[in-house]
Amino acid sequence: MDEEASGRNWHEIVVDVLKRHDVRLTTYVPDNVLRPLIDAVHADPFFTAFSCAREEEAVGIISGAWMGGLRGIVLMQTSGFATLPNAIASLAVPFQIPVLMMVSERGTLGEFNIGQSLVAKTMRPVLAALAVEHHTMSRLDEVEFILDRSITQAVATQAPCVFILSPLLTGGKVFAK
Amino acid sequence: MSFTTNHPASREQAKVMNRFDITKRMVFRLHHDEAVIGGIGYTNFDLWAAGRRPQNFYMLGSMGLAVPIALGVALAQPHRKVIALEGDGSILMQLGSLATIAGRRQKNLAVVVMDNGTYQITGGQLTSTELGADIVAIARGAGIVQSAWAADEGAFEELIDLALREDGPWLIGCRIDKEKPAETTERDPPRIRDQFMRGLGVKK
Repeated sequence: MDEEASGRNWHEIVVDVLKRHDVRLTTYVPDNVLRPLIDAVHADPFFTAFSCAREEEAVGIISGAWMGGLRGIVLMQTSGFATLPNAIASLAVPFQIPVLMMVSERGTLGEFNIGQSLVAKTMRPVLAALAVEHHTMSRLDEVEFILDRSITQAVATQAPCVFILSPLLTGGKVFAK
Repeated sequence: MSFTTNHPASREQAKVMNRFDITKRMVFRLHHDEAVIGGIGYTNFDLWAAGRRPQNFYMLGSMGLAVPIALGVALAQPHRKVIALEGDGSILMQLGSLATIAGRRQKNLAVVVMDNGTYQITGGQLTSTELGADIVAIARGAGIVQSAWAADEGAFEELIDLALREDGPWLIGCRIDKEKPAETTERDPPRIRDQFMRGLGVKK
C-alpha cells in the first residue's frame, strides 16, 4: 500500500494514535493481516499484549480493564467478530463500556474461502442492529482521523466502537494457490 | 503441592455445601477492598444477597465472561486482589480463559467455582461436571497449579484466606447444593458499572 507523506504505514499510525490516547492493553486472536500491528505492540513496552482463546474472552478482559482504569483494544478478524454479538449486546452496550475493537476484514475483495465470504456478510448488519459506531478504514490518509476522533468519542459517550481494516488499506490476504 | 495435601483429590470427595452460606463466608473474609466479579445466574444472585459492596461487579448476560472481566480488572489494578465467582455451567463455556490466566501468571487473581452439576436457573439440566468433568483437574491441566477442591466450609475459608494472602492465580472448587438464591440482583447495568468504578477508585 502507498505510504502517506510522513512515510508511515497503517499499523504505525495505529500504534501512534493508541499511544496518544493511552490505550495500553491489547488482547487479540491473531490474523495474518494484523501481524505487523501485533508484532509492534508486543515489541513496544508501552503496551501489554497477549492472545486469547476466543474473541469474547478478549472483549471481557478489555471491559474489566476499562472499569479498573486501563484502556484497551481487541484485535481480530471478521470470523472472530461473528462470535461477539452476545458479548457486545449484554456487556459492552448495556454497561456503557467503550470497548475498542479492530477487525481485519476478510471475505471480500478477493476472498478465496467461502466460509469467510459468508460470515463477513453478517458483520455490518450486526453492527447496525446493535447501533454500534463503526468505521471502515480504506485509505492511509483517513486512518489517523477516524481512529483519533472515534476513540475520543467512544470514551466521551461510553460506547463501544469498531474499526474495520479494509483490504484496500492493508492489501488483505492474497489467494495462495 | 503442600497446600493441596489437606484438600480432596476429586470432586466426589468434596462436601456438598450451601451456596449462600459459603458466599457469605467469602464476603466476610474480604478486608482490603478486593474486587469480586459475579458471573450470571444464582451464583450472582447470592453474591448480591450476601451484601452489596462497591467493589462487586454483577454481570447480567455475557455468560462465561466473569474470569476474563476479572483478569482485566487484575491487569488494570495489580495491587488489588480480584476474585471471579462462577458457576460450573459458566466456566465450562470459557475454559480457554483458565489457560489464559495461567499463561499470564496473574498473581492477584483467584477463581471460585460454585459447582452443583446443573444449569439450575434454566430447570436443572445436567452439566458435564455431574457426568465426570472435574473443574479443578481441568484448571490444573490448563496450568493453574494452585487449584483445589474445598473439602468443607472450614477448608473453603482457609483456601480463600490463602488466595487473598499469597500470589495466584488460584482456583477454588466448591460443590454446592441446589437451594434457591436468597435474592435477585437488581438489573441496572449502568448503575452497577458506575458503582463498581467508584468502588475501585477509578471514578470519584
